Amino acid sequence: MKFLQQLRLGFRSLMLHKLRSALAVLGILIGVTAVIWLVAMGEGVSYQAQQQIKDLGATSIIVRSIKPAEESSRSDSNARMGISYGLLREDFERIITNVPTIGRAVPMREISREVRHREQFIDGMVIACTPEYFGMNRLKIARGRAISAVDMTSYANVVVLAHEAAVKLFPIEDPLGRAVQIGQEFYVIVGVAAERSAAAAIGGSLDARQYDRDVYIPLTTFRVRIGDRVFTSRAGSFQLETVELTQITAIVDDMKEVDSTADIIRVLLQRYHKVVDYAIVVPKELLEQAETMRAMFNVLLLLIAGISLLVGGIGIMNIMLATVTERTREIGIRRALGATKGEIVQQFLWETVVLSGTGGLLGVLFGFLCGPTVNAVRFAVRTSLPEVWAALPPNIRNLEPRLAPWSIIAAFAISVGVGIVFGIYPARRAANMDPIEALRHE
Amino acid sequence: MPPQQALTPSAGPPPRDVVAAIRGVSKVYSLGGHEVKALDNVSIDFRQGDYVAIMGSSGSGKSTLLNVLGCLDRPTTGQYYLAGQDVAVMDDETLSRIRGRYLGFIFQSYNLIQQLSVVENIEVPLSYQRPPMPGGRERCLKLAELVGLSKRLGHRPTELSGGQQQRVAIARALVNNPHVILADEPTGNLDTATSHEIMDLLDALNKAGRTIVMVTHENDIAQRARRIVRLRDGRIESVAEVRRELLPAAGLTSSVEPG
Repeated sequence: MKFLQQLRLGFRSLMLHKLRSALAVLGILIGVTAVIWLVAMGEGVSYQAQQQIKDLGATSIIVRSIKPAEESSRSDSNARMGISYGLLREDFERIITNVPTIGRAVPMREISREVRHREQFIDGMVIACTPEYFGMNRLKIARGRAISAVDMTSYANVVVLAHEAAVKLFPIEDPLGRAVQIGQEFYVIVGVAAERSAAAAIGGSLDARQYDRDVYIPLTTFRVRIGDRVFTSRAGSFQLETVELTQITAIVDDMKEVDSTADIIRVLLQRYHKVVDYAIVVPKELLEQAETMRAMFNVLLLLIAGISLLVGGIGIMNIMLATVTERTREIGIRRALGATKGEIVQQFLWETVVLSGTGGLLGVLFGFLCGPTVNAVRFAVRTSLPEVWAALPPNIRNLEPRLAPWSIIAAFAISVGVGIVFGIYPARRAANMDPIEALRHE
Repeated sequence: MPPQQALTPSAGPPPRDVVAAIRGVSKVYSLGGHEVKALDNVSIDFRQGDYVAIMGSSGSGKSTLLNVLGCLDRPTTGQYYLAGQDVAVMDDETLSRIRGRYLGFIFQSYNLIQQLSVVENIEVPLSYQRPPMPGGRERCLKLAELVGLSKRLGHRPTELSGGQQQRVAIARALVNNPHVILADEPTGNLDTATSHEIMDLLDALNKAGRTIVMVTHENDIAQRARRIVRLRDGRIESVAEVRRELLPAAGLTSSVEPG
């Protein structure tokens, strides 16, 4: 086959100068590997972000209480009363009754409390919620049961533990049926949730939402046992805060209505809240933002990769110009023996394509090493530089590169393209030599 | 055929048995504003089976003549008929095809391609045949055997002696079954004994019907030819027939295929 013959001939001509050819290949290899690695890491980061956002639910709208700046809180007139802010049960009713596009809405109150079982205790996050909360957050119950409607109506002192919380409080025993102490009260454990990965950050914090310290109790029980007014300790001083609901999650029936529904909620809350002591988070918007970010990121990466491939291409051109000069005589011989200019161009183009294609192929191979390499580096940092490891943000610590098939195809295609583009000039120079002069060349 | 006939061939396309003919060919170079006439109104006919040695001092125009005959250079004026067509007016691509199809080249410095093996070097002209020649590889092997190199097919040129390299070049010049073999000082880089071996090979090829045009400055080499054309200052000085009886008997005749 003509094609294979050309490839073989190109390869053998390049083998005349192994080191030189290897260096040219290296230039392309680095470029291609860089494209694949950078895209894979970018994809890994954005995939992580997208998964976290998706966990919040693409059709949900999350409204969260935010503590406003001190001077603008609702009842600053009475300092003894502490501050009062955030979403009210009335807000929940208003949203439920006034926004027709909402299928269901789930209220939630959360507070940080120590959870204790004998001498075991954790700094728990008490989540007071309704039975719907579990389904909405896709929290699976590993053992026992979730909070039930009966628990709600009977104000039952029952609790469901998150997986890690259960493991920490009950390292050996079976937690089901036992009791944990939250504040002054004892709660009977009725269920343990399955393990769950973190979700995207909401409400302005940068940290991903972790679920592992959660303990779930009925919302009604929270109201009667703990109450809206709670003492919180912050920076050594106690403060009295009155918060009715920490979060309302509204699920919209139709994905298309999400944006307009968010606007309605925003207007509705604005009317009843003098200060903005809440935040509205629309995961769908976050998702769209993440998409945009990813696209921008990819453009940037391609630019960087393009530059490195350009440099590689210049390297190849340099090599090929040297090759053409060196092989002037061969060109003369081939011309005398019947090669047309076009055939000489072809011959040298094939050589550059072999060079850049080899670089591209090796680059793709090295590209596949991205995951193992990241894992190796991660292991090395974790074991030899623990302080550095601890200082790294979790997004980087948990980074799993995701090879993007398009980047592999694109990188290889571009490398071959670079070979052709940068090969044309040397090849044409070879073809345009005067055969008589070329034959005389020493 | 009297020499005068060769000097003044008839005008127009040459008769059938003339495989190559130049008619009134001049070649003018301009060197630093000066016009140099490398060839001045030269006309020669080469018949089928001809064996011509072109001689002359350096600057006599013999290299230019060979370049024109080899379609590597175009005459400034005049016609060059090769295989019945006037190639003096053809473009670069057509000339390349004509070189590949009708001509075989033998050079003083062998001009083999270093990265290719013996058999691959012989094969090179075949890769430029359009349409491709059938039975290429077998032909190469046969020719390698003809020039006595069938045991060195895989060797690289650098692993061969000068004489062996020139044998490869001769096989390469034959592979496309050319109308004319052009040899430029074929023994210029060889010792006397090897020179005679190579010349014996060329003689045998001619006996088998090959048309050979050879440039040389060595008299004893030129004596191998049937005719000697002497050039001086771009003109033909003389055309002389060589008496064949003086030639030593050449072998190999039976094994060389006719053209």
